[in-house]
Amino acid sequence: MPAEHMVKRFDEELQKLDASISEMGGLAESQLSMALAALRERDSVTAEKVMKADHRVDEFDRTVQAQVIRMLALRQPMADDLRLIVTSIKIASALERVADYAKNVAKRSLQLHTLTTPSTALSGVDRLGRLVQALLKDVLDSLATKDADRARAVWTRDADIDDVYHGLVRELLTYMMEDARTISACTQLMFMAKNIERIGDHATNIAELLLFRWTGEEVVEERPRGTS
Amino acid sequence: MSPLDDRVKPLRQDGPMSGPAAAAAPKIEGKKVNVFYGAKQALFDVNIPIKTNNVTALIGPSGCGKSTFLRCINRMNDVIPSCRVDGAITLDGQNIYDRSVDVVQLRARIGMVFQKPNPFPKTIYENVAYGPRIHGLARNKAEMDEIVTNSLQRAGLWKEVQDRLDQSGTGLSGGQQQRLCIARAIAVSPEVILMDEPCSALDPIATATIEELIDELKQNFTIVIVTHSMQQAARVSQWTAFFHLGKMLEYGDTPQIFTKPKEERTQAYITGRFG
Repeated sequence: MPAEHMVKRFDEELQKLDASISEMGGLAESQLSMALAALRERDSVTAEKVMKADHRVDEFDRTVQAQVIRMLALRQPMADDLRLIVTSIKIASALERVADYAKNVAKRSLQLHTLTTPSTALSGVDRLGRLVQALLKDVLDSLATKDADRARAVWTRDADIDDVYHGLVRELLTYMMEDARTISACTQLMFMAKNIERIGDHATNIAELLLFRWTGEEVVEERPRGTS
Repeated sequence: MSPLDDRVKPLRQDGPMSGPAAAAAPKIEGKKVNVFYGAKQALFDVNIPIKTNNVTALIGPSGCGKSTFLRCINRMNDVIPSCRVDGAITLDGQNIYDRSVDVVQLRARIGMVFQKPNPFPKTIYENVAYGPRIHGLARNKAEMDEIVTNSLQRAGLWKEVQDRLDQSGTGLSGGQQQRLCIARAIAVSPEVILMDEPCSALDPIATATIEELIDELKQNFTIVIVTHSMQQAARVSQWTAFFHLGKMLEYGDTPQIFTKPKEERTQAYITGRFG
């Protein structure tokens, strides 16, 4: 068990930073969860909630950045402390993007209420959403438990998500070709699918950052990609 | 080539480390160095390269042996009666503890700067001229003037003292005194400069001036610096060695030591986790 810093205030500040990231992660997770629920259940109230709550995530992003800059100036961190502090900024950025994409999904879901939407198309997007939700949860769990194996597993699973995404895109194209009335809805769903796929990318980015944080080694291998 | 080069020459011109191989070989190498003060052992099996024209920093907590090791390099420990050194320290491949080595000549090749600036109670000029004079490096006043001017210039002090070379060295500020000591050290054209916490007694501006100077000097000298400040070691050195309880636990290039040290104890020390 690594010893604590001689200067206890430093450990307290590091804990505060961890707590900020953790809360931000929880918020991003719940934003995604609510956006998918709003889509599934055509729930405009939930969709509005998601859109209104997005600014809280942005606030966290700014808080984390301020905490990091302060610690860099005042503590001159080295080695693992330095890596922890610097990766926190990037992780916060990734979480901010995740929440932003979730907000976009919620916003677009409102459009679907007035459009002819093939139910299988909707469930396809929902399925992709659940996969990405699980990925995000796993990476945030690995952050909390400092589990490098779990982070690495997230890193490799992104390929599966890519496959599901590309399959979904092909599916949506067939709907549009079969029935022109579905084009508006399917276009919205296509954008939503893209947003969700990007959330998966960011979850994988977080996994890479965590591996760098704990080992000091950059992940230089090509990320496993799905076949297009 | 100035007349200096003839007189302060290697102990052996044709040593094992001449020729192209010399460029790659470390200037100094510690090989299984063990040091005892009476019955107490202060250094245990230290093996370390000191690369030519690089700055190597020795870091570690108080009492870890870094200053002891530094003083072995120019055999300053010889003046401590109870001190015994086992193992070898080579300079250009030749063991400096060999019986045939002239210690006075050795200390002309390896200069030293100390924590507290210690200019002689003489004029600025005389401070710098003293070493060259006793080594007979100047044939006449003109040559000596050149040596003094040159050394003061290279130490970054010339502009501030050129009009008062006849004033006492002890009348200068702390930072200037330290630069005077550096000028004094380089006046005898050493190959290596050892520095034992050279900036501990100086303010941040003087410290920054010396650090900039170290950066320039390394082009022509090999420098070993002992420092308590991790930030300073990180700023000035290319290679860092971490000492702990008389052992050298880790040696590596400075960026690696401070971003991803290999040893847990190195990481604990540099991040301030001493428990």
